Amino acid sequence: MTEKNRMNLATISKFREFGLLGFIVLLTIVIQFLNPAFLTLGNLTDLIKNTAILSILALGMMLVLITRGIDLSIGATLALSGMIAALTVSAYPDLHPLLAILIGILVGVVCGVVLGFLVSKVGILPIIASLGLMNAFRGLTFWVGGGEWISAYQMPSSFKNIATSSFLGINTLVIIAIIIFLYFYYFVNNTITGRQIYALGSNPDSAKISGINSHKIYMIVYTMMGGLSGLAGVLWVSKFASAQGNTASGYELTVIAACILGGVSINGGVGKVTGVLLGAVLLGVLDNGLPLIDVSPFWQMGIEGAIILVAVLFNTIVKKTVEKNNRLRRVI
Amino acid sequence: MSTRTINNTQEFSWKRFFLQWEWMLVALIIIIFLINSSISPYFLNYLSISDATMTFLDKAFIVFPMVMIMIMREIDISVGSTVALSSVVMASLYNAGLPMVLAIGACLLVGALCGFFNGFLLVKYRQLSAVIVTLSTMILYRGIAYMILEDQSAGEFPTWFSFFGWGYIGSVPFILVLFVVMAIGAVLLLQKTVFGRRVYAIGSNPTASRFSGVKVDKIKLIVFTLAGLMAAITAIFLTSRMGSTRPNVANMYELDVIAMVALGGISTAGGKGKMLGAILAVFVIGYLQYGLGLINIPAQMLLIIIGVLLIASVTVTNLRVKGKLQKKKSKKKVKKAS
Repeated sequence: MTEKNRMNLATISKFREFGLLGFIVLLTIVIQFLNPAFLTLGNLTDLIKNTAILSILALGMMLVLITRGIDLSIGATLALSGMIAALTVSAYPDLHPLLAILIGILVGVVCGVVLGFLVSKVGILPIIASLGLMNAFRGLTFWVGGGEWISAYQMPSSFKNIATSSFLGINTLVIIAIIIFLYFYYFVNNTITGRQIYALGSNPDSAKISGINSHKIYMIVYTMMGGLSGLAGVLWVSKFASAQGNTASGYELTVIAACILGGVSINGGVGKVTGVLLGAVLLGVLDNGLPLIDVSPFWQMGIEGAIILVAVLFNTIVKKTVEKNNRLRRVI
Repeated sequence: MSTRTINNTQEFSWKRFFLQWEWMLVALIIIIFLINSSISPYFLNYLSISDATMTFLDKAFIVFPMVMIMIMREIDISVGSTVALSSVVMASLYNAGLPMVLAIGACLLVGALCGFFNGFLLVKYRQLSAVIVTLSTMILYRGIAYMILEDQSAGEFPTWFSFFGWGYIGSVPFILVLFVVMAIGAVLLLQKTVFGRRVYAIGSNPTASRFSGVKVDKIKLIVFTLAGLMAAITAIFLTSRMGSTRPNVANMYELDVIAMVALGGISTAGGKGKMLGAILAVFVIGYLQYGLGLINIPAQMLLIIIGVLLIASVTVTNLRVKGKLQKKKSKKKVKKAS
């Protein structure tokens, strides 16, 4: 390989986000060219609102993936906390919506603590522990709801307003997502715990030797993921004005896809908040844009799968080349 | 010149023989049988017990390769999607006018290809984990199944095709006969052949086995292809039993299969566990589901029970492996002290 080529790949890995942004812009132009209704204010607001929940979850998942873990139970956690929050507000219609959000987060935190305990103390592989809990939480959701749906007419309007109201002209969902994004940006880059998460993910053994309490970090990461899923659950139910047993079934895959597209490595230690956000936006654009250009909704899953696979392979090839370069440099 | 021999088999002891995990599973099956027959007077007769196998054995074929995959410290969560894709391909090729026999052949081919693709990606790019590869192909394969059939269902198979799901050989269900034959083959393959010993070697220490000349890549490729092929066999039985197919069939089959393997005592840390344990676990979970069906327990309670069972069995296996290690360590210490 020539010197120039090597440089190119190294640059790509450094400015991965720009590449992703470029791809999003390109996709937008193509969709806009095929259907001018795409870049209208109404559609864009819709797109951003839909991406808000996905990006909230993707930020939590990023932390889990950085510690070399995975959480397949978030779809079920989301459904369970959404269901419990919806049941509560339908029983007590005068409840303040903030309290409903709090209840959802609390349920999510409990779910996250259980998973964190299983992963850190009992030592079960994250994929197996979360696969088991996914079933258990999903079953609980059906059980709590008695197999019934909670529909729009059973929810007070104050609860439904959580997703539809706006503050300073910006939708509440988007504001919540922005706050969480800013907090994560600070948490991951500027706090000791945030840096310890990366350290644990890039090399668990040396992290332990250098005095990082790995149990604590795992607990924090999975609890945060649970809490965010709980929050997302309330927002989801409020947005769609219905809580069902199979709410967000399979959504964990979309969330993980957003992370992988955003450059988070499943082997741990790598991942940026901005990248994850772009990954979520890319999926949002695909979700919103493909129906607009008359792609059958049944093709979406296949297209999504193919894009994820390409992103995974691309990540690996770039990483392989960069590592090779580093080794060459060391020899010289 | 005296020759020293190192025993490669432990001395036989009755205590160790009865402390094996497999006996625990046998005990579980007996308990489930007792409970089932106390719940329903119709449970404890030959017909009911043998016919019950038709309802749960279809996914059990994937257990054989999944045991090997998990012994090698890998995982495959794309098997449910592979079942769906191969089933959809078979049905739509038949509906397009292909003879049924060829459609079944295509089903097996598609399944094997899906498995091979997983294995190929894992072997070609070694830094990729099986979790991420099979997660992506899980979405991809089911996505392709949706592309082919969209929201339609396909079926109207020839009458002889229903033999797979509903047929008997003598008075034994065909699926049970095939399962037993394959189970014997799988036990022999893993426990008695060079290939099987190498699977264990890879699971105990992948790097060491690579350096000692085990063709790790080749074995992984074979096992993952086998997983795809078995998923295709599951697809044939499932489609035959249901009489038609849709892109969303076999949803979450991977969970049931992984739960069966974990309950069978296969350690997720790799290198430990027996094929027989997983085969017994198939019947534990199968008859548990059947029994819960008898007393009209809703399907969602079943979800909770399987989820909890999966976590509990992995925990117990972890503790057993840890306990053995500690015993060995303490023995060594005693020797040193004396």
